[in-house]
Amino acid sequence: MYTVTVQLFASYAELLGSTAVELPLASGATVNDLLRHIRALPGAGRLPSAPRIALNRTFATPDQIIEAGDEIALIPPVAGG
Amino acid sequence: MSRASIVTREIDLARLVEAVRSPSHGAISIFVGTVRDLNDGRSVSAIEYSAYTAMAQEELERIADESEKRFGVSAVVIEHRIGVLDISETSIAIVAAHPHRAPAMDTTRYIIEEIKKRVPIWKMEHYSDGTREWVDPTRVAKQTSPA
Repeated sequence: MYTVTVQLFASYAELLGSTAVELPLASGATVNDLLRHIRALPGAGRLPSAPRIALNRTFATPDQIIEAGDEIALIPPVAGG
Repeated sequence: MSRASIVTREIDLARLVEAVRSPSHGAISIFVGTVRDLNDGRSVSAIEYSAYTAMAQEELERIADESEKRFGVSAVVIEHRIGVLDISETSIAIVAAHPHRAPAMDTTRYIIEEIKKRVPIWKMEHYSDGTREWVDPTRVAKQTSPA
C-alpha cells in the first residue's frame, strides 16, 4: 500500500474542489483502480465515465500499472489552440 | 530557442519565423490562432487559458517529432500562450519550414489538429454578460457540427 498524489486541472479541479488529491493504492494497482478511488471522492459524480489519466506526462491506458512515485494527473477534455 | 513552449507573454510571430528561416527552405507555413468574440452564439469578452505545463510542453515536442517524421520538415516551432487573453490576441502560433510548400503547410495543419486532441491546455471563456464557463469541445461536438 502506498499513497499517490493526483494533480487536478481546470474543470476537474473545480468539481473536486482542489488542485490535488492524495489517494491510497494497493501495490499493482492499475489506472482503472485509481479511477474507482477518484469516483468515490466528494464532487466526483459529475466526472465523465472514463476521464483521461496521464502517468509521467503521457496518456495512460486503463490497465496500466501505477508505480509509487509516478507523476499522476486527471486530464479534463482539452481545449487548446 | 526552444522548439515547443507554453508562454505567458505575447507571441512574437516575426521571431518565430526567423527561428526557422534558412537558405535551404523555400517555404515557411504559419498558423496563428486568435481569440474570437463569439462562441456557440454567446458574446465572448476574453479567454483564460491554463495548462498542465510540464506535460503540454512534452506533448508538443512529441507532436513536432511526429510531424518531422511524417512530412520531412526539419524546422518547427510552436508557442501556446496561457493566461487571460483579450479578443483578437494570438493564443497559438505554429511555424514550419521546408524546401517546398506542401510539406510545410501539411505540417502546420497536422500540428494544430493534434494539439486540439491531446495537449493538456484548457480555456475558460469570459462572456460579455459577466459569466464564465469551461470550454468542453467533446460536449460541443455532440451538439453542433464542426465549423
